[in-house]
This record gives sequence, C-alpha cells and structure tokens, in this order.
Amino acid sequence: MSTLEIRDLHVAVEAKEILRGVNLTVAAGQTHAIMGPNGSGKSTLAYAIAGHPKYTITSGQVLLDGVDLLELSVDERARAGLFLAMQYPVEVPGVSVSNFLRSAVTAVRGEAPKLREFAKDLKNGMDALSIDPAFAQRNLNEGFSGGEKKRHEILQMELLKPKIAVLDETDSGLDVDALRVVSEGINRFRADGETGVLLITHYTRILRYVKPDFVHVFAGGRIVEEGGPELAEKLEAEGYEQYTKASA
Amino acid sequence: MGLNEKPLSTLHEKASFELGDFEVPNGREESWRFTPLSRLKGLHNGKAEPVGHVRLDVDAAPEVTVETVGRDDARLGKAFAPTDRVSAQAWHGFEKATVITVPREAVASKHTVLTLTGSGDGAAYGHIVVIVEPMAEAVIVLDHRGSAVYADNIEFAIGDGASLRVVSLQDWDDDAVHVSHHHALLAKDATFRSFVVTLGGDLVRLSPNVTYTAPGGDADMSGVYFADAGQHLEHRLLVDHSQPNCKSNVDYRGALQGEDAHTVWIGDVIIRVEAEGTDTYELNRNLILTDGARADSVPNLEILTGEVAGAGHASASGRLDDEHIFYLQARGIPYDEARRLVIRGFLGQLIEKIEVEEIRERVLTAVEAELAR
Repeated sequence: MSTLEIRDLHVAVEAKEILRGVNLTVAAGQTHAIMGPNGSGKSTLAYAIAGHPKYTITSGQVLLDGVDLLELSVDERARAGLFLAMQYPVEVPGVSVSNFLRSAVTAVRGEAPKLREFAKDLKNGMDALSIDPAFAQRNLNEGFSGGEKKRHEILQMELLKPKIAVLDETDSGLDVDALRVVSEGINRFRADGETGVLLITHYTRILRYVKPDFVHVFAGGRIVEEGGPELAEKLEAEGYEQYTKASA
Repeated sequence: MGLNEKPLSTLHEKASFELGDFEVPNGREESWRFTPLSRLKGLHNGKAEPVGHVRLDVDAAPEVTVETVGRDDARLGKAFAPTDRVSAQAWHGFEKATVITVPREAVASKHTVLTLTGSGDGAAYGHIVVIVEPMAEAVIVLDHRGSAVYADNIEFAIGDGASLRVVSLQDWDDDAVHVSHHHALLAKDATFRSFVVTLGGDLVRLSPNVTYTAPGGDADMSGVYFADAGQHLEHRLLVDHSQPNCKSNVDYRGALQGEDAHTVWIGDVIIRVEAEGTDTYELNRNLILTDGARADSVPNLEILTGEVAGAGHASASGRLDDEHIFYLQARGIPYDEARRLVIRGFLGQLIEKIEVEEIRERVLTAVEAELAR
C-alpha cells in the first residue's frame, strides 16, 4: 500500500516564503481534502510536490513510499506514481490528445501499450466522462472549455493509474452536470482502495460527491486545523474568516 | 516609422533587367543589413563566375510540357523584373532556362518534381518559368540538394482561375549558398499556394513575392525552417496588393539551435490605393532552442487605402514554453521527448498543410533528425 508523506515542507516563490511547514500523510485508500481561502498556498503545495520549476523548496521532504520525490525530476515523479490534475491545464499547439496520451501511458508503464487495447481503454475512459471521441484528434487542451479541460485531466488520471493523485481545484468552474461527471471519475479511480487522493478545493460542493476521510484547513501556508468530514460542514456554515484572521 | 526609414512601397519600386542599375550591396542597405555578404561567395558583386553546375531533373505530370530554352525565349522575364542586385546577376548569368507549361484547363494528374542538384564545382545561375494557363491546376515541387553557390529567379505566371501549388525544399549540403527569388504573378481569380522548407545550406536567402494583375487572386504562403549552428537562413516575403479584392496569407515558422544559428524573416505587405477589399494576414513565429542563436523577425504592413477587408500581422520569437514542458513531464514524459513533442507540434501544424505526402513525410523525418542532433 502506498503512502505520500509530506514532512515540514517549506516552499518559496522568488524568495517569498509561501509554504511554512506543511505536514501531511496520505495513504492508499484515503481521501484527504485540503480546503482554504484563496492565496493560502493550496496550489503551491500541489505544484511544489509535482516539481514545477517556479517553486523553490527551502526545506522539508516529500516521500512517496519512502522515496524523496524532491530529488526526482518532474517526469520521474510522475513515473514514480504521482499525478497532479491541474487547475489550469495549458494548451499545447500541434500535439494531439491521442498522441499525448499514448506518450504518457508509454512513459508511465515503461512500455508502449498495444494499440488495440489502448484504443479501447481510451474509448471507454472517454465514454465514462462523456467526452466526445473527436477530442482524441484535437490539439491538447486547445479550445477546450473549462469543463472539457477538467474532464480530460480526470481521463488522464484514470489512464495513468497513479498511486497518489493530487487534484488542484478540479471542481472550479464546473457546472453541476460536469461536477457530477468529474466526481464519478474520481470515485471510480479511488474505488479499489489502492490509491490515495489529495483533493484541493475552495468550496465544499465537490465534497458532497467525493466524500473525504479527512479535512485539513489551509491558511497562511500551513495546515491550521484538521478533522473529519464534519469539518467541511463547519466551513460551509462559518467560512474561512476565523482562519484568515488568525494567520494574518 | 523612423525619420530615416522610407515607406515600404518605395523600397521595392526599382525594377530593372540592367545589372548596372543596381549597386553592389555593401550591407548597410535596408534589404541587405541582415545578410552576411562575405558568405555569399561573390553572388552579389559579380565575382562568382558561372563555372559550376546545378543539374535540373524534371519528373513531370503527363499533362505538363517541359522545355529547355535559350535566353531569347519570349516567355522569360514576363512575370517579374529583378529588384535587387543578385536577382539581376542571376538574370544575366544563366545560359538555358526551363519553361514548364500547364495547358489551359488541364489538371495535372500528379505533381511535377524539379530536382536541382548542385555538384559543388563553383557558382551557377538558373532560371525557371512555370506558366499555368487559365483554369489549369498543378502541383510543382522544387527539390534543392547537393552543394552549390547558386542564384536563380523562378517565375510563376498563374492564369485566370488557375491554381498552382508549389513546394520548395532547400535541403542543401552544409556548405551551399543559395540566393533565390520566387515571383508569383496572379491573374484574375488565380490561386497560389507556396510552401517553403529550408533546412540545409550555409546561407540561404529566399525572397518569395506575389503580385496581382486582376481582382480575385488568392495567395497563401507557408514556410518552415530549422537553423543549426552557423547557418544563416533568410526569408524575405513581399506581397504587393495593387488590385482590389485579393487575399494573401503568410505563416512562417522556424526553430533555431546552436551557436550562431541565425534566421531572418521579413514580411512586407503593401496595400496600394487601388487595392480596396484586400484581406491579408502575416505571421512569423520562432522557437529559439539554445543560447547563441538569433532570430530576426520584421513584419511590415503599409496600407495606402482606407477600404480593407482585413489586414494584420504578428511576430513572436521566444524559447520553449516551460509550462508546455512541465505539463508533459508531469504526465511522465521525459524532458527530451517532451521537448521533441512540443517542437514537432509547433512546426507540424504547418507541415501538415503540405499536400504531397512523400514530401510531407520527408520533411517530418528531416525535422525529427534535426531534433535528434
């Protein structure tokens, strides 16, 4: 069973400290929600774990099954079993979705998938997420609506089968139908209990569809409160105000 | 426009078949300031004696006629007059010209390939005329290979309602020097599609230009270039809109890698007073892959009429986008492959437009080979 351990993580952007000592352990079979106000450092946590070059780790460790991810390149982290569903997936001109997905699956599995199997997996995955099959021939994220981009992120997660998935505000900008489709995808992904999910969100709405085991409140670059699903309900009722005041 | 700069329309106005009408360029002229004259091997100053050979082999569609003619053939020099010294030098330097004719209403059943092979034995000058008679359609491939010091003019005379598609591939050996002018003259409702691919050669300076003799002409010019260390690849486009209701579209993209890889793209578009209803757009993008490479990109749009349907231009040169690479790497794709995918995607969007499959495949393979270096 896999475990992601974040130990006293400090992260800076252009010499400004954003994360100030994050401690969190996500085990396979668990879903953790990280909630917090805008600017609290939630997305920084996601991108720092994934290895985005903009973020500088000043101290701490991020271990996936004992391997320090911070020592690995971005692609090595992904191949080690980490997945980041991005809030704003970038458009890549001239690279088709099918070509991209095949390259990614080949890299993560260490061998090229059989064409027929891959085509079948892709079709099933797209059907389940109500993605138009014509998407496979389009350029990566180019001209996709917000909802299409998010579904496509979940499709990648389902195809790549990571050990730990970090979902960065996957619910933002989705209408209720799209939220339901995306949530079903996340629930399929975690159903076998062999994967861990770290769900970063601003709103409690998605938590009605994707039930968390643990809820962490993020403010001022660290976790300031932890609890079970009931904490989300409290946030729903009271908002983030008490935390933003405390951290300011 | 600065005080010392002349309007675009005056830069191109001098046209003459007399060599003496053009001064030997010294490198300070607007049209020569990017070109390293010392590497032209005398093509610009008359010192390149025509002692070398560039062999021309033609594999023509059955509907097309191919003739080798002398300098006095009346069909030469109809679609253009030289507007710079090297073009005039080439006009005076060739011995035999090749005239390709697509007869009236003929639709060529296959593409016609002109393979030009340099034998590396000195300077040579060439002249080719492609005449597409009214309502005819053809695809012409110009395939430049080998080693050469070569200057030429190519005329494309496209008749009423006719269509010509040209692919010009500059796949020279590393030491080649090539200065070329493509002159397209579009009659009423003529269609011209040009696709330029420049990969090889020490110095290539290619000037495709388009003029219209009647309304309704439609020109689309695409180009892909890949400059390695030390290469100078220069493309100078001119579209001269002097007739109403004509269209032009230009999209050139380049990649550069290595020390002193240098590309130049000039996109001049003139919309003259009488050219009402013109619709034009020009775009140049460059990907600079390493330090020490330099891309110059200068779009110029001069509009002399108030009634245009559309006129725009854009130019962007920059490095690979970190966000693109990050996204692909975050899906497990190693850096080198991510880089290849992004660059191939950037150029591939244009390369996909090449309609001749074997050329398209060859260009994709060549780009892959450049990326593997």
